[in-house]
Amino acid sequence: MLCFHVCAGEIFELKAELNSDKKEKKKEAVKKVIASMTVGKDVSALFPDVVNCMQTDNLELKKLVYLYLMNYAKSQPDMAIMAVNTFVKDCEDPNPLIRALAVRTMGCIRVDKITEYLCEPLRKCLKDEDPYVRKTAAVCVAKLHDINAQLVEDQGFLDTLKDLISDSNPMVVANAVAALSEIAESHPNSNLLDLNPQSINKLLTALNECTEWGQIFILDCLANYAPRDDRESQSICERVTPRLSHANSAVVLSAVKVLMKFMEMLPKDLDYYGTLLKKLAPPLVTLLSAEPELQYVALRNINLIVQKRPEILKHEMKVFFVKYNDPIYVKLEKLDIMIRLASQANIAQVLAELKEYATEVDVDFVRKAVRAIGRCAIKVEQSAERCVSTLLDLIQTKVNYVVQEAIVVIKDIFRKYPNKYESVIATLCENLDSLDEPEARAAMIWIVGEYAERIDNADELLESFLEGFHDESTQVQLQLLTAIVKLFLKKPTETQELVQQVLSLATQDSDNPDLRDRGYIYWRLLSTDPVAAKEVVLAEKPLISEETDLIEPTLLEELICHIGTLASVYHKPPSAFVEGSRGVMHKRLPARTGSPDVGTIAGGSGTETAPSIIPSQGDLLGDLLNLDLAPPTTTGPPPPTSGMQMGGMDLLGGGLDSLVGSPMPPRHASGLVPWHSSVDDLCPQVWLPAMKAKGLEISGTFARRAGVIQMELTLTNKAMSVMTDFAIQFNRNSFGLAPAGPLQVLSPLSPNQTIEVSLPLSTVGPVMKMEPLNNLQVAVKNNIDVFYFSCQYPISMLFVEDGKMERQVFLATWKDIPNENESQFQIKDCHLNSDAASNKLQASNIFTIAKRTVEGQDMLYMSIKLSNGIWVLAELRVQTGNPNYTVSTEDGWGTTGGAVDSPSCVYVVCGSCYEV
Amino acid sequence: MIGGLFIYNHKGEVLISRVYRDDIGRHAVDAFRVNVIHARQQVRSPVTNIARTSFFHVKRSNIWLAAVTKQNVNAAMVFEFLYKMCDVMAAYFGKISEENIKNNFVLIYELLDEILDFGYPQNSETGALKTFITQQGIKGQHQTKEEQSQITSQVTGQIGWRREGIKYRRNELFLDVLESVNLLMSPQGQVLSAHVSGRVVMKSYLSGMPECKFGMNDKIVIDKAGKGGVTDDVAKSTTGKQSIAIDDCTFNQCVRLSKFDSERSISFIPPDGEYELMRYRTTKDIILPFRVIPLVREVGRTKLEVKVVIKSNFKPSLLAQKIEVRIPTPLNTSGVQVICMKGKAKYKASENAIVWKIKRMAGMKESQISAEIELLPTNDKKKWARPPISMNFEVPFAPSGLKVRYLKVFESKLNYSDHDVIKWVRYIGRSGIYETRC
Repeated sequence: MLCFHVCAGEIFELKAELNSDKKEKKKEAVKKVIASMTVGKDVSALFPDVVNCMQTDNLELKKLVYLYLMNYAKSQPDMAIMAVNTFVKDCEDPNPLIRALAVRTMGCIRVDKITEYLCEPLRKCLKDEDPYVRKTAAVCVAKLHDINAQLVEDQGFLDTLKDLISDSNPMVVANAVAALSEIAESHPNSNLLDLNPQSINKLLTALNECTEWGQIFILDCLANYAPRDDRESQSICERVTPRLSHANSAVVLSAVKVLMKFMEMLPKDLDYYGTLLKKLAPPLVTLLSAEPELQYVALRNINLIVQKRPEILKHEMKVFFVKYNDPIYVKLEKLDIMIRLASQANIAQVLAELKEYATEVDVDFVRKAVRAIGRCAIKVEQSAERCVSTLLDLIQTKVNYVVQEAIVVIKDIFRKYPNKYESVIATLCENLDSLDEPEARAAMIWIVGEYAERIDNADELLESFLEGFHDESTQVQLQLLTAIVKLFLKKPTETQELVQQVLSLATQDSDNPDLRDRGYIYWRLLSTDPVAAKEVVLAEKPLISEETDLIEPTLLEELICHIGTLASVYHKPPSAFVEGSRGVMHKRLPARTGSPDVGTIAGGSGTETAPSIIPSQGDLLGDLLNLDLAPPTTTGPPPPTSGMQMGGMDLLGGGLDSLVGSPMPPRHASGLVPWHSSVDDLCPQVWLPAMKAKGLEISGTFARRAGVIQMELTLTNKAMSVMTDFAIQFNRNSFGLAPAGPLQVLSPLSPNQTIEVSLPLSTVGPVMKMEPLNNLQVAVKNNIDVFYFSCQYPISMLFVEDGKMERQVFLATWKDIPNENESQFQIKDCHLNSDAASNKLQASNIFTIAKRTVEGQDMLYMSIKLSNGIWVLAELRVQTGNPNYTVSTEDGWGTTGGAVDSPSCVYVVCGSCYEV
Repeated sequence: MIGGLFIYNHKGEVLISRVYRDDIGRHAVDAFRVNVIHARQQVRSPVTNIARTSFFHVKRSNIWLAAVTKQNVNAAMVFEFLYKMCDVMAAYFGKISEENIKNNFVLIYELLDEILDFGYPQNSETGALKTFITQQGIKGQHQTKEEQSQITSQVTGQIGWRREGIKYRRNELFLDVLESVNLLMSPQGQVLSAHVSGRVVMKSYLSGMPECKFGMNDKIVIDKAGKGGVTDDVAKSTTGKQSIAIDDCTFNQCVRLSKFDSERSISFIPPDGEYELMRYRTTKDIILPFRVIPLVREVGRTKLEVKVVIKSNFKPSLLAQKIEVRIPTPLNTSGVQVICMKGKAKYKASENAIVWKIKRMAGMKESQISAEIELLPTNDKKKWARPPISMNFEVPFAPSGLKVRYLKVFESKLNYSDHDVIKWVRYIGRSGIYETRC
């Protein structure tokens, strides 16, 4: 801060004036002091003189002195005491304005000694006959709580504050609600704002009568209430909807928040639900005629609302068209919403607009408009052709950043519609030289590599990039490496030199570990098994979809609960920008089932709807618990994760990383469950240590009993408080495991108590391949929080009872299976003869179909059927007297395509039989 | 909640600084100056986060108002409050300028103390505030006890916007229906988007606590009334023509919203003096007062020919006023020759536009301007963006078709009736953003 040192002369002069007998002169002097204070001059030296002016019946002078006090009391606590008497006296003044002024100012003076004296006057003012004093006192409780929370509790002010919710004056009610909400935020578990139907009714009545600001406080508070059932939530909605016509945009947005939240509980077939949806659109549109700053806030919120409930604004596309004179921040937000609302019905209009925007002046805006065209192509299939031709038109303008942006989006269009628009590649290649941004260069290189077989001079093009390899950004280097490897695999004869050059650049001359690792992987792949390399590098890529730029569902739900607030403007949860404990509580939308228990998940219902994208970043696992609220967005095969979107176009993820340095042949690498760990699986393991789960420890194991898979959990409460409301949910997994019923924890779990629960599992849940194959991600919720952990189940659990294959079928199948599906390995140190082994294996649903003995070797032919219908056939060779078994297994039908890795099964099985 | 409020001049010097919360440190006031006011680029957002502190700002002429907070506040409320703060200041001392703020800083501090308590906005109706915060010193000491309690009950009460005991010799009210009509038209004359945003502004000089009821040709109300009686389709269709479909409306806080929601009737006790009763928006059957037909032809690389025709599209007996057509010209314009049939046209190099002004124009008329624009040759690869042609005008009717049907005044305690009140109604339609692409 700019601190001007006031010269001594000036201070001296002011001092004299402050001590003048003339009231007018005094007042002028205090004004001068305040003026100096405002511009940052230090006038604290005048403290005693200013405080001396406090005892006056001139209200204006008094207010000025108070203003000074609020600023400097903290730096001069001892002097501030001088003012206490006057404050206490003023709190008894016959004039309510003076009483209120005194209590308001005292609350702002953060000096312990003064706060002590504040208690008695505050208690009186809370019960003052005048509503103006009461409404001021209500806020003062919040002030005092901020200084000394304990004092407020000890003095019983919280109860008095609660009583004020029933006050006859609406403004007192509003301020009491505001104060209580703020205090409650710093005590997340307290029952301060214990809202019940009666108090809600009072708030709704006050809502009609209080000032616009009071209405905002009340609506924001209402939004935290969880109605008991859908009828109650409907009746609240009915009483809140009139607020949508308020002139104050904040009142409207807060009302929208309450409605969006409580709507979750209404059954969708209810007439009222439809009516409500219709009522929401006009006020949201009206917000766009407010001042630009408010428009911005409204647009950020509409962006959330459109993602949560696209139906509300689907016919309102036109209002989001950008006006030439809109401030840039409004333009960018409108553009975002336009893309979200784009559909087949309005795409022609949208494209015409976007094309118009692409010729504007602001670079950011133009870029975003170009990108938007690409997103439209991906979102609305029917428009793809038109979008591509629009983009080509834009490339012809030769405006550098337009061209680059266009190339980046065309790459995405290629990904979405393979083999459709490649005819434009020639045009793109013409612009190679003008690309100077990494993202555009990387996109172009990707295109060249991906379509190398159609570009005659692909090698020349890529070679030209190679010259300045070390000056490129990592993104471009990685892309170049991959593209050249692709080129080599497609045209091996001409490009051998090139590929060697790039591999050595990446592995020997680079300091970048990512680049080096990728280089080594390619190198090893190419040198050991070119066929495998082809399969990996040129593998079919999953399609990209428009969902990639949506806000992650859990976050979206939380943000919907924060409509109108800063969180909704930043699109970040409050914990991301608020310090301390305040506002860190995560808010959730109520469940539609009508049960008031927010966030309860019934195991069964969770499995019905397909979950949406599981983000690849591990910490975003959050949406597990909200499966039943998420829109069924998945379309087709495994949706792309954001990880795939960025850079790593070749999906060099998971499997291949573990390849390097692993002694195993690559085919066995993925999904391999080592012998020992599988043994460990059978004894209870600690899955979730208490430290990570706020005192809840979970250990467990899996078992198969009478054809039912059981997850046996041991829950231990190592915290100080009672735990209740347990629920469990699984992420999608390789075999579609899902809870077949809710988690049966009937009584609350008190501290230090342990409980054992058996959870039956079904295999009809959603499927997604996991790494390793038998990995299971679990979310457990209780009254404290939601916790995530992952565990691995023994595959043997999935072997079904009817896994005995007909002999003939077995023989035919065994012959049909191609050799490359076969794998062989040895089990060491197993001291069982073949019959005993066969019996043991049968107990684990591994059935012996036939046995023959050749040259002292017992050959057992066995079949296994997995819960997802996949057959595994195995041959077990046992040499009498030799403790080592040889197992060779074959995938059933040979079509499992990596969904199950057979060797691992037998590993597990044999492991278990060994254990038994 | 709001942690502090700062007012700066255009140089970034602090004129007013009031901190409400302890979490706002001394550096906040400088952080905003350095990062926003003195920032090199144009402001990209009205909300800025600097070191976990959020700043909300609005600008009035060259004065910056900034609210600052460290919490997850209601952002819409903060902006609404900042606008309100501007209104209150304007109501007290007129234009918001550096000089006025410096001259009234004591008053501003007093207001800030009253309308924002611990960062929570309180009653900020100027009508109520003026009863106890005045520029001529405080009335406080000379008031009787009744007067004091009357003030406090008004500030906190249900009708915080009006005080009791107002008396006028002549009860009079003025209603202004002010509309701004917005249009975006394609070069081919296709309406891309059009809407009217209207305001009903009322000046009331009424005694006592009058109860008012306002009626207009709202389609929903008229259809409902039509259904109530025994009407046939003919009657319905005739009334239907005169009624308008209102997309949405918002009301001053004096209007009973729940009554509007249930009965769609607009009833209220008005504030004294001038205020905005309601705002509304319509998109259907808008009368577009003017049509602009542009024709731009590029003759070679150094010449543009522009011809613009405007057509007025309303009753011939009505007169539009203050018509102005603004035709943008490229940045590399070296000279312009203009010929227009009516009014005056000038090329304004500083604004990169030809401005064509016509004082008056009757309905169903047509006028035309043609211009030749000479261009300097440039190497600039980028094409001229061709900003839209914009238009300004004022017409003496409501482009939405809105009609005031009645405004009834009831005051049971005083002996004047609805008939004794003198009422004036006026309609003004202005151009909002009225653009035609070329």
